[in-house]
Amino acid sequence: MAGIVSITLQNNDEARPVIESILHDNPSANANYMPGAVKIDCPERLVVKAESVSARIGRDWDPQEIHLTIVSMGGSLDEDDEELVLSWGA
Amino acid sequence: MTPPRKKKLNLKKRYELMTRGLDWETSYQKMDDVFPYDTFEGIKITDWSKWEDPFRLTMDAYWKYQGEKERKLYAVLDSFAQNNGQLGISDARYVNAIKLFLTGVTPLEYQAHRHFAHLGRHIRGVGPRVAAQMQSLDELRHAQTQIHTISHYNKYFDGFAEFPHMHDRVWYLSVPKSFFDDACSAGPFEFFTAISFAFEYVLTNLLFVPFMSGAAYNGDLATVTFGFSAQSDEARHMTLGIEVIKFMLEQHPDNLPIVQQWVDKWFWRGHKMLGLVAMMMDYMLPKRIMSWKEAWEIYFTEAGGALFEDLSRYGLRVPKYADIATDEAEHISHQNWSIFYQYTQAAGFHTWLPSDEEMAWLSEKYPNTFDKYYRPRFEMWREMEARGERFYNNALPQLCQTCQIPMGYTEPGDPTRIGFRSTEYAGERYHFCSDGCKDIFENEPEKFSQAWLPVHQIFQGNCGGAELSDVLEWYHMKNGTDNMDYTGSPDQKQWDAWQSVRKRVAG
Ligand SMILES: [Fe+2]
Ligand SMILES: [Fe+2]
Ligand SMILES: [Zn+2]
Repeated sequence: MAGIVSITLQNNDEARPVIESILHDNPSANANYMPGAVKIDCPERLVVKAESVSARIGRDWDPQEIHLTIVSMGGSLDEDDEELVLSWGA
Repeated sequence: MTPPRKKKLNLKKRYELMTRGLDWETSYQKMDDVFPYDTFEGIKITDWSKWEDPFRLTMDAYWKYQGEKERKLYAVLDSFAQNNGQLGISDARYVNAIKLFLTGVTPLEYQAHRHFAHLGRHIRGVGPRVAAQMQSLDELRHAQTQIHTISHYNKYFDGFAEFPHMHDRVWYLSVPKSFFDDACSAGPFEFFTAISFAFEYVLTNLLFVPFMSGAAYNGDLATVTFGFSAQSDEARHMTLGIEVIKFMLEQHPDNLPIVQQWVDKWFWRGHKMLGLVAMMMDYMLPKRIMSWKEAWEIYFTEAGGALFEDLSRYGLRVPKYADIATDEAEHISHQNWSIFYQYTQAAGFHTWLPSDEEMAWLSEKYPNTFDKYYRPRFEMWREMEARGERFYNNALPQLCQTCQIPMGYTEPGDPTRIGFRSTEYAGERYHFCSDGCKDIFENEPEKFSQAWLPVHQIFQGNCGGAELSDVLEWYHMKNGTDNMDYTGSPDQKQWDAWQSVRKRVAG
């Protein structure tokens, strides 16, 4: 099992466009729904793109807004103005 | 088409300016005098500037996001109180899980606040120092929001009122308390390894994620809200944990054996403490989302597996006794609930035996162990109850010198035999529940031989007196109200009265 990275977000209105973007931008990601939250797993690398989320909500989305809905994560994180990346070995 | 995203001052630049750019090397005083605590543990740091900050959160952004979290949280709490949200929970038995949470976990949030404030002053590197300052504020917020949330339950249910007092005195609450006391009385790097890495990165998912999801499933909107609000800070705390570990391992090869010993110690201590959560998930939630064993597989075996595989490039190995802990995931919740059932007279929440339906769920989730080892015990206790001979254990238990849990755990590989270990130190014999706890003692006997063990203290006459009623009074537990079985409790009477009114209204 090569390192799975994962992000857990609240399952609410604010997080939904973020969840949708992640699933769209990471074709091998897999969403596990539980009451109140969703855990998204992906082999090796997972990216959250500000551009994708912004397009869905019709305004500029700052990657730091993730702080409002994130529940947990697995992997090493890197963040800049355009994206958040979770991976192993970084 | 959405307009192109606005360009701002690059995040990395801004972070550089607002953290590292504000730091300086002291010149009137020696740096070692200004930061006296970050060398004595033997961790060698050659270059603090190599520290990586994964979430480049500056103080101004921190205030903005935290303010927004608080606004949302208190709006929900207010409407929960306004609309009598306590009536919407699945069953009043559920509230007992929250009693254990408030008395056991909330004071730890406050301890974390205090100790991160200490680190926010005393860590030489500015990156982790700022992260510790933010975390100190987060943890204070967690303590406050939990107290606010639960103050609503305190109006309607027993067992909440004396939580800070109880945390310092009650026998099973000494388990989480001693865990944190141990961390806070260690040096800064051990504290980071204990709390930020072993607890928050490796194990906290097991506490918060299934528990908050369980709260959602049981209609407890208030707990879900504070839980997820607190948890949204946790991703930041987790990255601090993993960065500290990588940083120590990258800075100097001599750090590896020290870090490995801490990782082994704190994994084992965390595993034992989380046995309380295992019991909440398998026995105390009227509606269950996943078993402890399933949560362990997802969050330790799978997520922890990927983590330790990644860290193996530094020579760090999977914590010692991880295999035994995984084996115990099949037993720990059943054994812990059995302990509380036997000592219900001294518990600050109510207990009960699992119903037929609940036992069927436990059989399904624990095919290797439940029917074989635990169902017969619960069925026997049920028969005894029916005969009017409910079983109470009136002997005070032997406690493990390290984890402080009554020694009710079984031998690895043999669930029919209680495990005992002991060792001698300075002419006294000390007892342990497991090899993991014995190893921890033997590495730091001066520290652990001083442990404040609730049962020893009762025998020494330091807990109000020799009778159960004396000790309960000293705990501030109301006999016949806060303790004993759910059936027949004032909580149950109140709940049943509410339910019958609702049925009448519904016609
Ligand atoms: Fe916290
Ligand atoms: Fe935390
Ligand atoms: Zn122990």
